[in-house]
Amino acid sequence: MTLDTLSGWARRLQAGEISSRELTELYLDRIERLDPDINSFVTVTREQALAAADAADQRLARGERAPLLGLPVAQKDIFCTRGVRTSCGSRMLDAFVAPYDASVVERMNAAGAVMLGKTNMDEFAMGSSNETSHYGPVLNPWDPERVPGGSSGGSAAAVAARLVPAATGTDTGGSIRQPAAFCGVTGLKPTYGRVSRYGMIAFASSLDQGGPMAASAEDCALMLNAMAGFDSRDSTSLERPDEDFTAGLDRDLKGLRIGLPREYFGDGLHADVRRAVQDALAVLRERGAEPVEISLPNSDLSVPAYYVVAPAECSSNLARYDGVRFGHRCNDPRDLMDLYTRSRAEGFGAEVKRRIMIGTYVLSAGYYDAYYLKAQKVRRLIAEDFRRAFEQVDVIAGPTTPELPFRLGEKSADPVRMYLSDIYTIAANLAGLPGLSMPAGTIGSLPVGLQLIGNYFDEGRLLNVAHQFQQETGWHQRMPAAFA
Amino acid sequence: MSLTSNEVRRIAHLARLAVDDREAEGLAAALSDIFDFVEALNNADIEGIAPMAHPLDAEQRLRPDRVTESDQRELFQDIAPAVEGGVYLVPRVIE
Repeated sequence: MTLDTLSGWARRLQAGEISSRELTELYLDRIERLDPDINSFVTVTREQALAAADAADQRLARGERAPLLGLPVAQKDIFCTRGVRTSCGSRMLDAFVAPYDASVVERMNAAGAVMLGKTNMDEFAMGSSNETSHYGPVLNPWDPERVPGGSSGGSAAAVAARLVPAATGTDTGGSIRQPAAFCGVTGLKPTYGRVSRYGMIAFASSLDQGGPMAASAEDCALMLNAMAGFDSRDSTSLERPDEDFTAGLDRDLKGLRIGLPREYFGDGLHADVRRAVQDALAVLRERGAEPVEISLPNSDLSVPAYYVVAPAECSSNLARYDGVRFGHRCNDPRDLMDLYTRSRAEGFGAEVKRRIMIGTYVLSAGYYDAYYLKAQKVRRLIAEDFRRAFEQVDVIAGPTTPELPFRLGEKSADPVRMYLSDIYTIAANLAGLPGLSMPAGTIGSLPVGLQLIGNYFDEGRLLNVAHQFQQETGWHQRMPAAFA
Repeated sequence: MSLTSNEVRRIAHLARLAVDDREAEGLAAALSDIFDFVEALNNADIEGIAPMAHPLDAEQRLRPDRVTESDQRELFQDIAPAVEGGVYLVPRVIE
């Protein structure tokens, strides 16, 4: 059977052309056969998936309608799933079975989704290559010698290899958009507060945001409809009326003002990526969009500000892993201090430890003003750059990443170089803005991502622009030959 | 900025992370590189700029002071490494 998109499968399920059980078995078989090549799943939940598919088939037979009814999806292993191990890519949570569902999981289940399993990720979402996972790296389905990006690399690779039509991701500094670009899929980080963080294991609470990853903008809109919405259990959830993100997909782009920040097209940008992005922008122009050169003058401060704010919040959030209430505990602790320090040293990997240490240092007595407070002020400068830009333009466009997917091991010895692979994505997190990455072309066999950044609450517009682009181009339909 | 192994051990103690000497040396080098990198913040003109805690400057929501949670102690303690009689077990703290 030809593989379809999430939206395509939804239509075929409703028309009775295929049952949810058949669809679920089709993808479970693909996972079983093909995932050993890319390691994109940490846990596959075959039994639960088939039971959920049967339940969905009964609902479909009764004529019920729900946004994701009977559709197979995967959850990033950062979202708590009741009764199913939630590892967050860490030895610390290798045996952790969450006692409750994350809001996102609860919402998607209520919308009828069939979860096939939990996807691999950088440990505690800290990484840009998926190499920090306790369960081994995910490999890029377009080239197994290259990384899929991170931290949502498992979700991106699984969608790219068509092991699942759609998956969830989370994005603290680019963790949806960068792997989406590296794997040739569409991924959306919504406005901060759109998608509930309840039950989404915390990394940096003022930046973390969940969102969809799928083969097309239309599929992301369908997913976001199920994922987004106010949740009283998340203290930073936005109180806004629910929106139908599929409603505006068909609007034309006539007169749309697209801002091109000159800082995103500077020296650090790989020539091939630049060319692919410019070709993609030409397609948007042909559809009536008007490019406008803009400036985001504080762009070069975004990565440094992020590497103060995110580690500070991480050190505070990860203090809960103490070997007492849940998670890894060392053997035969001598005393309480030994229990804490050894459980944490054994449970966390090298990158997580580095970030906890940076955060601990910048929050320690006497350093708060020099680091965290300063970074929070810079954060406002960055948000102000965007505010001024959105007085002139409707959306901002540029490359998602400065270069093509890099080779495994290429950057793991040099944290700062690894951090700079998120140079174009981090600012949207600091400002809390929505951002999307979509496949914009290829260099050799490797995909290139085009990033769109929107004003607050303008996810619908980003999805509209991406959908219009995808009506004109076929980049999002390509899939790696080895997985056809 | 250049951190020494001793400073790394002090931070590790604050973070409740056990580090051996070899690890402390590696961390001193890696953390020093990262701190050099974030020094760029010193070039920012932040005179009179208010720190930004929430992207939308939202305020803390309040709810009515009513009981909303039920007691789920057993469920939550089910996943603990060591419990007995409803309490978490740790090495002896008071002699």
